[in-house]
Amino acid sequence: MNVIIVAGTPGAGKTAVLLHVLKHLKEQNKHISAVKIDCLYTEDHLRFQKEGVPTLLGLSKDMCPDHFTIFNLGEMLEYAQGNNSDILIVETAGLCHRCAPYTINSLGVCVIDATTGPNTPLKVGPFLSTANVVAITKGDIISQAEREIFRERVLEMNPGCRIIETNGLTGKGTVELAGCFSEASDFSYEEEELRHNAPFSICTLCVGETKIHKKNHRGVLRHINGIQEYAGE
Amino acid sequence: MINSISILAGKNKNGLKEHFNRIDISRGEIVGIVGPTGSGKSALVEDIEQLAQSDTSTQRKVLINNSIPDPELRYNPKKKLIAQLSQNMNFIADMSVKDFLILHSKCRGKNLNLVDKVIYHANQLTGEPIKKEMNLTVLSGGQSRSLMVADVAFVSDSPVVLIDEIENAGIKKHEAMQLLSGNGKIVLVVTHDPLLALLTQRRIVMENGGIKKIFGTTEEERSLCKQLYQVDKELFKVREMVRSGVEVKASFSFQESFTSDFQPVLED
Repeated sequence: MNVIIVAGTPGAGKTAVLLHVLKHLKEQNKHISAVKIDCLYTEDHLRFQKEGVPTLLGLSKDMCPDHFTIFNLGEMLEYAQGNNSDILIVETAGLCHRCAPYTINSLGVCVIDATTGPNTPLKVGPFLSTANVVAITKGDIISQAEREIFRERVLEMNPGCRIIETNGLTGKGTVELAGCFSEASDFSYEEEELRHNAPFSICTLCVGETKIHKKNHRGVLRHINGIQEYAGE
Repeated sequence: MINSISILAGKNKNGLKEHFNRIDISRGEIVGIVGPTGSGKSALVEDIEQLAQSDTSTQRKVLINNSIPDPELRYNPKKKLIAQLSQNMNFIADMSVKDFLILHSKCRGKNLNLVDKVIYHANQLTGEPIKKEMNLTVLSGGQSRSLMVADVAFVSDSPVVLIDEIENAGIKKHEAMQLLSGNGKIVLVVTHDPLLALLTQRRIVMENGGIKKIFGTTEEERSLCKQLYQVDKELFKVREMVRSGVEVKASFSFQESFTSDFQPVLED
């Protein structure tokens, strides 16, 4: 099975681009399952289902959505196998710029909004720098010059990636993106590893501490001056 | 070297084949693209910009010199043969004019000392001067548009130029057109401005997402165009008077400044 993991900041156009891709894959008679992960609320899974694609919804609630995605990959694969799918598409919530939910043999697709300005590729970190394919959206709203600068910045952060200029409204670039989905490596759940370690989640805030005074914090803490310490037993 | 680009028919919004098989545009030609809003003019320009190969929503194919272009030409800005002035009127990049021009020159593999030249020419098209230390985001619509035009002319400097509604933002459109065309370039210009449309050798008429027909500019249209040009110049003068706070006197008569052979040629 090919596993496609799609990451990108909220509002970048992940769902809009994927809806076009799903149509193209269906025309090629591919059997697809999809999973939509979000934190608190989404109706995007209904839009996938409307395209005739069996879709599972996962809400991570107060848990990091990428940790949630990784813990549940097994269940997602079982779901896709149960549907006899060739391709499993996982759309992540992608909130913090420390996340990169791609595994070694998945196809990592980063969807990034060109209107956020040419410094964005420098800020977003591993979900851009470890992606196989970078789909740049909303390029029609900016000038060709700014598009070219944005593209150059993406290549600075991820020189080996394949860049596809896409448009979630018109479907521009989505035929090419759909083509990439069939080229992903074979996924093997047993041996699969993350490309980039997940963000640390090892302090008292992670388990529900709400007081902000420093006397209440335990675990691995990093100070603004760069010094890291362990507080606790 | 580009001698020609060709557009092979795709489909309109209803999925029906367009009313032509193929359009060939050769070196030095200026072609207009006209039609109501939503008729697919910008989509046609997009197809050419990305050298579509039946992989866009219109299913059109674009050939260069009668053959399918190398994929590198589609993506690599250093090899790109196509410069595009799109409809947008503002920059969103948060950087100075100078940094922007240097960065873009790098992307295009151009000499980095184009900055002053680009700013000089941009300032010929707009009222309020652009300075290189200004931030892109504070430029007015007219300044942004003028800088985009000069950037396309000198930094993106490509054998094919696509222009989407240059008449927007109140910049000097004829001077801008001159800057962008010439030197054997292939120019496609989307416009609602009848004067610009009649200045072209041919115009592509769009309807419902598809190309409806291709229209060669007639001799009659050409001479009408010359007269309209005079009208346009007068309008420009009045506009500048209004903009600079000068009272426009009744004695400022259009008729006087028309060439004596001016007659509206529209009735037949």
